[in-house]
Amino acid sequence: MFATAGKLRQFLFQSLKDIAPIILVVFYFQSMVLQRPLENVQDMLLGLTFVILGLTFFIHGLEQALFPMGESLAHAFAKKGSLFWLLLFSFSLGFGTTVAEPALISICNEAAKIAGEGKVIGNSSEEIQHFSNSLKYTVALSVGISLVLGVIRILKGWPIRHFILWGYVSVMVFTFFAPKEIIGIAYDSGGVTTSTITVPLVTALGVGLASSIQGRNPMTDGFGLIAFASLMPIIFVLVFGIIML
Amino acid sequence: MSLLSQLFHTFIKTIYDVLPILGIIATFQFLVIRKPLPNLKKILIGSGFVILGLTLFLVGLEKALFPLGREMALQLVNHSQDNAIDLQGQWQNYLWVLIFAFCIGFSTTIAEPSLLTIAIKANEVSGGSIGILGLRVAVALGVAFGITLGCYRIIVGEPIQYYILSGYTFVIVQTWFAPKLIVPLAYDSGGVTTSTVTVPLIAALGLGLAETVSGRNPLIDGFGLIAFASLFPIISVISYAQLSEAKIFFSQLNKNRLIKRKLKMQQQFDEP
Repeated sequence: MFATAGKLRQFLFQSLKDIAPIILVVFYFQSMVLQRPLENVQDMLLGLTFVILGLTFFIHGLEQALFPMGESLAHAFAKKGSLFWLLLFSFSLGFGTTVAEPALISICNEAAKIAGEGKVIGNSSEEIQHFSNSLKYTVALSVGISLVLGVIRILKGWPIRHFILWGYVSVMVFTFFAPKEIIGIAYDSGGVTTSTITVPLVTALGVGLASSIQGRNPMTDGFGLIAFASLMPIIFVLVFGIIML
Repeated sequence: MSLLSQLFHTFIKTIYDVLPILGIIATFQFLVIRKPLPNLKKILIGSGFVILGLTLFLVGLEKALFPLGREMALQLVNHSQDNAIDLQGQWQNYLWVLIFAFCIGFSTTIAEPSLLTIAIKANEVSGGSIGILGLRVAVALGVAFGITLGCYRIIVGEPIQYYILSGYTFVIVQTWFAPKLIVPLAYDSGGVTTSTVTVPLIAALGLGLAETVSGRNPLIDGFGLIAFASLFPIISVISYAQLSEAKIFFSQLNKNRLIKRKLKMQQQFDEP
């Protein structure tokens, strides 16, 4: 019980540190440049408290439950040697962690809301919810697939540069055909997938794999997975936009 | 919507978001590894914390970070327009917006804990030639510059793909000539800098700008700041590594030249 409290305090401190620069900069601009009070300060303070507490609980829970299990599984599958199970696990891991990624959830919700207001999709709350979910699952699917590709690449020892190069060429090609309403969201989706939950678990998978194959460098091989996971969503969301909008 | 019902609504949605990963891990544990879960109680409590934390966080975003980003964009644009002299429709009118974007980018990144981890790793990999503080400043400047450029793009309303695609072309060319070991770290630094707290705030800033600056469409112009914030650190980190490498190369060159000159002088001295 004492250990939990200590951990929680540590994470609370970390969340405070995350949010402190934002508060400082905003406060400076409010008092020095704008000299105008913010609207709904009480609401915002309450919200900030929620953000800090939420982040604290979230990271604490991850460290208690998800990370130990996920990491031991990732190591186990990396060493087990059955290709089918390894690939299935990689896909599921990528998909599952991405669906629960807070930054992605918030961006998808916002994108759907803006799309509804902009009359690109219907403005009913069901349609907005549907768009937000489809976007989220599209991104999750792409992260799952990119992990499968990344694992195959590590096993075969293919050079990563070619993948990255072809990935960006496809991004360029699909950008050309995509409706312009989706392009910004698509590019953003690459940055938000690799965050709080995904990175530690995916890194564990990469490191486990690289260290169980001889002659591999855990660092360079583990990284390939993350790089794929931030490239593939862009392509998938562009295609999603071509089909849906 | 009242706070309680909003909390409840988000709570239900969050359960749906967290269930897949819990289900996946449990299934694989039971079916493939065939070992019972160690510390079942701890895991259940931990999962409860994850769901509760995510719920609070998402509600807090709606209440604080999104409105804050929007409100700052709105006030800065209005402030800039009040103080504009006669540069109608020029980006110079929005200088304060750009300064704010730069400060937010720099300060949130330099304080980012995962960046510190990466910087320490880079220091080890490079054998000390890449400084810890130097790398952090490089990444923070990259993010700050990226977000500032992204805001500039929103203000002038140019298509995002021109910027991002030329940025990535630059990265690919740069990667080809970069010191091998720094490449993974550079790409990683692009991903980690956009932390869970920064992403919503920056997104809201972009959307707020696109809503306030006349002639912009939030859907087309509002998104993309996160892409800018993850692209430019890659460039700045590789550049930093290349600069440190060049510095070592030139100091080595200099040393060699000095040694040669010394030898020459010694030879001349010895000859007669």
